Amino acid sequence: MREEYKIIELQPERLVDTAMRLKRDLYRLVQICAVRIESGYELTYSFAKEYEFLNYRLVINEDVVVTSISGVFETAFLYENEMKDLFGVNIDLINLDYKGNLYRIEKPTPYKE
Amino acid sequence: MATLMRFTKTVMKNLFSKPVTTAYPAGPAKVQERTRGQVSIDIDKCVYCTLCAMRCPANAIKVDRNNKIWEIDRFGCIQCANCVNVCAKNALSMDQHYTSPAAKSVIVTYGAPKQESEKEQAENKSEK
Amino acid sequence: MGNRSIVPFGPQHPVLPEPIHLDLVVEDEKVVEAIPSIGFIHRGLEHIVKKKDFNDYVYVAERVCGICSFMHGMSYCEAVERVMDVDIPERAKYLRTIWCEMSRIHSHMLWLGLLADAFGFESLFYQCWRMREKILDMFEMSTGGRVIFSVNKVGGVLRDMDHEMLSNFIKQFDDMEKDIIELTNVFLEDYTVNTRLRDVGILTKEQGLELGVVGPMMRASGIAFDTRKLKYAAYEWIDVEPVVATEGDCYARTYVRIKEIFQAFDIIRQAVKQIPDGEIAIKAKGMPNGEAFVRVEQPRGEAIYYVKGNGTKFLDRFRVRTPTFANIPSLLETTKGAQLADVPILILTIDPCISCTER
Repeated sequence: MREEYKIIELQPERLVDTAMRLKRDLYRLVQICAVRIESGYELTYSFAKEYEFLNYRLVINEDVVVTSISGVFETAFLYENEMKDLFGVNIDLINLDYKGNLYRIEKPTPYKE
Repeated sequence: MATLMRFTKTVMKNLFSKPVTTAYPAGPAKVQERTRGQVSIDIDKCVYCTLCAMRCPANAIKVDRNNKIWEIDRFGCIQCANCVNVCAKNALSMDQHYTSPAAKSVIVTYGAPKQESEKEQAENKSEK
Repeated sequence: MGNRSIVPFGPQHPVLPEPIHLDLVVEDEKVVEAIPSIGFIHRGLEHIVKKKDFNDYVYVAERVCGICSFMHGMSYCEAVERVMDVDIPERAKYLRTIWCEMSRIHSHMLWLGLLADAFGFESLFYQCWRMREKILDMFEMSTGGRVIFSVNKVGGVLRDMDHEMLSNFIKQFDDMEKDIIELTNVFLEDYTVNTRLRDVGILTKEQGLELGVVGPMMRASGIAFDTRKLKYAAYEWIDVEPVVATEGDCYARTYVRIKEIFQAFDIIRQAVKQIPDGEIAIKAKGMPNGEAFVRVEQPRGEAIYYVKGNGTKFLDRFRVRTPTFANIPSLLETTKGAQLADVPILILTIDPCISCTER
């Protein structure tokens, strides 16, 4: 009745090579989403190939630095900037880093609390 | 040449037909039976339960339970009709006409006048 | 090599009522690079979900965007329904489908009008919006709102359309279709319009896949993908095939959207034929606990909704990824090498909706 999809747990250090593998298999980046949880963040990287829908889940502490996948999927820069600016997720090596200026917001990282 | 005159038919039709617009505000605005214009209240039915104020997505409704005052910020209201749907006493309904534009915010108050409510308050206290 | 200079485009620009700012690096009249800057109207609507009852948030979710408002509300409800494992009545699903497709017609007519305006064909713009007005009247008749309908709720819909109303709509659609064919032929066949659209802003299939474009933009580059093939609302019982063009230029994107208008008419006719009688809503019991992704096809493309509940009436997270957000990188790609005068049309052909992108 409803669309089926997978959510796969992933370690942060495996993120970039997973992204590279997906890129090779012609997946496209659908979205990246951050959720604030008590111990830190829960990041979901979604990919799709035709009608298949894959989600990779990273559960990280607040101080963990995540490497950007914008080197692999160029379009990731918008999502990563969004997470960085709104949630304060530490993301390193974004190819176009807005440094908190993607959204013109009054206080930094408003979704962090 | 045929590709150049594509719009001519529409132009000719447009030239000889009545305007599709109406002369609002000189004439009346089009409204439908279901149009959500503004919230109206039958204050006699209201029991000041504050349900509408709690469920309002825009926090446009204020209800003072003690003084029996129901108040709405007309331009804060987003006409979602959630209050109408949740009202247990069917005191609220959607009026088809919109609030007329104004330069200042329009806050409309319904409910018992001050003196009366004070009296009721005293009664309530004595009951307790 | 010519002189390099930077031309700012937007956030206030005559052709585009949307606050996007681009820094266009130009060499003489040719664009070399474009750097986007959004964020003028970030409203933090996603965060309100933590402070509003999930039932009332429907009305906030709808207001993410004024054009595809119905789909935002519907998809939010659909996501919450999946979390709560509620199966809504079939009639409600069909009603949602009909409103979805009406939204698509209204959105594409609006876009065609804006496109006509962008290449300076004012009277065509008026005619497109005149047709759109009829759809808006139908919306008002069936839901009570012209652009924001407020007819969705978790567990179904709030308003029903009776048989009389539906057959009246079908009759009106038949008349409209004739007028729209006449208008859209201007876009597809007129010589001057064609010179502005053909071979402008080409996005190849490979580029499209790499940049993750969605919606009509993707289909115009020859990628046959339509989220309506997935199961949401009543689409599983409806025959729908993606409209595809292969050129990948502005003309192809216009062509895809025009064909989608007629496809939408067809879907509505199918839905009206199949719609069963019965309830339009059921009571959703309990509180959402869990998470769900929903993918839907908006007029502008695939949109992703994510809902995470924690067992209370306040949700933990609601996330929208709007189609424009996914299409911005491809916009930057197509502007590279384009003439400065074509930039407004290039921006328009992704059908930007910056307001819903920023939420």
